[in-house]
Amino acid sequence: MRVALFITCVNDALYPGTGRAVVTLLRRLGVEVDFPAEQTCCGQVQYNTGYRRQTEPLVRRFATVFTEYDAVVTPSGSCAAMVREHYPRIARRAADEDRDGELAELTGRIVPKVYELSEFLLDVLRVEDVGGYFPYTVAYHPTCHSLRLLGVGDRPTRLLRAVKGLDLVELPGAEECCGFGGTFSVKNPDVSAAMGADKARAAVDSGAQVLCAADNSCLMHIGGTLSRRGGGPRVLHLAEILASTEENVS
Amino acid sequence: MSDAASFPQAARISVRNAQLRGNLRHATRTIRSKRARAVAELADWDRLRAAGAAIKDRTLRHLDQYLEQLEAAVTAAGGTVHWAVDADEANRIVTRLVKATGEKEVVKVKSMATQEIGLNEALAAAGIRAYETDLAELIVQLGADRPSHILVPAIHRNRTEIRDIFRRQMGAWGRPAPEDLSDSPAELAEAARLHLREKFLRAKVAISGANFMVAETGTLVVVESEGNGRMCLTLPQTLISVVGIEKTVPTWRDLEVFLQLLPRSSTAERMNPYTSTWTGTTDGDGPSEFHLVLLDNGRTDTLADQVGRQALRCIRCSACLNVCPVYERAGGHAYGSAYPGPIGAILTPQLRGTASALDASLPYASSLCGACYEVCPVAIDIPEVLVHLRERVAEGGSVTRNGARVTIRPAKGHAAERVAMRAARWAFEHPRALRAGERLAARTRRAHPARLPGEPWSASRDLPVVPPEPFRDWWQRTHGGKEAK
Ligand code: SF4
Repeated sequence: MRVALFITCVNDALYPGTGRAVVTLLRRLGVEVDFPAEQTCCGQVQYNTGYRRQTEPLVRRFATVFTEYDAVVTPSGSCAAMVREHYPRIARRAADEDRDGELAELTGRIVPKVYELSEFLLDVLRVEDVGGYFPYTVAYHPTCHSLRLLGVGDRPTRLLRAVKGLDLVELPGAEECCGFGGTFSVKNPDVSAAMGADKARAAVDSGAQVLCAADNSCLMHIGGTLSRRGGGPRVLHLAEILASTEENVS
Repeated sequence: MSDAASFPQAARISVRNAQLRGNLRHATRTIRSKRARAVAELADWDRLRAAGAAIKDRTLRHLDQYLEQLEAAVTAAGGTVHWAVDADEANRIVTRLVKATGEKEVVKVKSMATQEIGLNEALAAAGIRAYETDLAELIVQLGADRPSHILVPAIHRNRTEIRDIFRRQMGAWGRPAPEDLSDSPAELAEAARLHLREKFLRAKVAISGANFMVAETGTLVVVESEGNGRMCLTLPQTLISVVGIEKTVPTWRDLEVFLQLLPRSSTAERMNPYTSTWTGTTDGDGPSEFHLVLLDNGRTDTLADQVGRQALRCIRCSACLNVCPVYERAGGHAYGSAYPGPIGAILTPQLRGTASALDASLPYASSLCGACYEVCPVAIDIPEVLVHLRERVAEGGSVTRNGARVTIRPAKGHAAERVAMRAARWAFEHPRALRAGERLAARTRRAHPARLPGEPWSASRDLPVVPPEPFRDWWQRTHGGKEAK
């Protein structure tokens, strides 16, 4: 099985540690991932802000770059959702509007092969216990796109529960949006900040030492809010917790 | 409307109103969990939901035929049908009909359509006083306020505020509130009951909307909780109903689906206390004169849009408001129309267009968290429509206005964003340029502050720390970590 890592633009530039953790974790599980250097961005921000046609070249690039792989793993629920939920839609519209009749076929081939990390671990590799060690209390924030668009369900918490030393505690109001929403956070800064403040308070109230999610953009928002507020748990991507071992605690 | 504050501007103020936030938080959370329980009781909820969406879609596809069928059936049953292309025409028709009765007062059943067209204001300008009879609408009217929720228009008020409004204002509108009125719900309801009863017994004309119109029989349906609607629909001599054309369903059997979906989604009840149905007029029973004003007001144009038209399935249950994190914090008034919350954010820019700053900002009034879509009983993919309307605002394009295809220009204030999006796309198409940019950011990382003055992100959140090396450089340097770290 040829597996490629789709790092996503945010992780590439701001959270390379998450990418390194995915590589380490999968290697530990016997999977060598490849990193096609021509990959860039899934186009989610452009698409969600109303620039659908601007995303078409990025859709095409993604479909082309990853075409030869059997599986594409990404440590981002919302980027995986962008590909799985919106690429087919974008391709259909491109054909309807007589701009690109080929895109549908290209995306049709790639879409079923794209997995968010927890899906890949549980559905493809069929492991629940990834052999991790993480001696902290952890609260899990199920980011909206993982939860409602992808429907990852309890996959991330099943993985977390199997990690040695990890104590999973409940996050109050877990399923509520943290208020990031991409450009929403700058177009509606006051509402976004109010939502972020409530999420940060819930994270503090959970009593956890670490707040975990499968999406660094949401963690950037919650973590930035927590850091401004002072105190509270540190934020960490699911991949980094799963990659953590007794020799090398994240 | 064109000078109204944009959504973010209005929300900036409401978000700081601690009383409002507290009221909304408490009220929406209570309804939210009750709804979830009411829905979980039905094993076939998903199928009901799919059926509701399918019935609405089929009806909308052949709406012209069903409307003609409806008109024929209402007429045959003794009613008169009027067609109103827009708000002005609807208001003119209703005003003329009321004037013809010689009355100066009307009682009203809670209705979204008449709020949408500003009927009360139009009637007032013609010297006719319209009395709202729904408890929450009464509170809003007495408080010279605007509704902020579809189902609970006074959701932004708490008991103490309501008592103060009743004490201060009831006298000016009719029977005053008792001087020692407390804020206990029972006493407040009793004061409202006595105040309203006088109006019901005196009224000769009633104005209503409708939740559904059955095309095969010409029957209108109003679903309510308080019984004030039943009073208005049965006691007066003349009944005028103003209804959006999309409220049509083909047959009585279709009601079976909607009368299950609606109460559970809106009030979290298995069945609502009052369901009134009427078909034209009946001698010696109820109003002797019945007028139906069919309202378009942008609906046909909305129907022409393949993605946006699903908004017309809406049965105004308000479930999407109650789960919306943005609504909860911004409040209903920030949406600047009769339709607040997620449904307002997709309906208003379609009915009114996106020309004003407010209407152009509505599609962005969402973090796209998808909670609304999840609960919508007719499966309106609200995030999909939001993104679709963002495209209309950001890039312009072809839309239908007053029945004609027109090309609209991008809304003001999006030029810089458009350039930035193009630049980003260019960089993402040129991985080498992207990498150069990332490296530059990494090299200057120590100079990056945690906050930038005047920039909206860092007003409340620290900026992330740029790492010393982007992932792609690490990968290349270490061959994916296989060589020295
Ligand atoms: S959009 Fe759906 S959830 Fe919202 S009010 Fe309409 S029917 Fe209810």
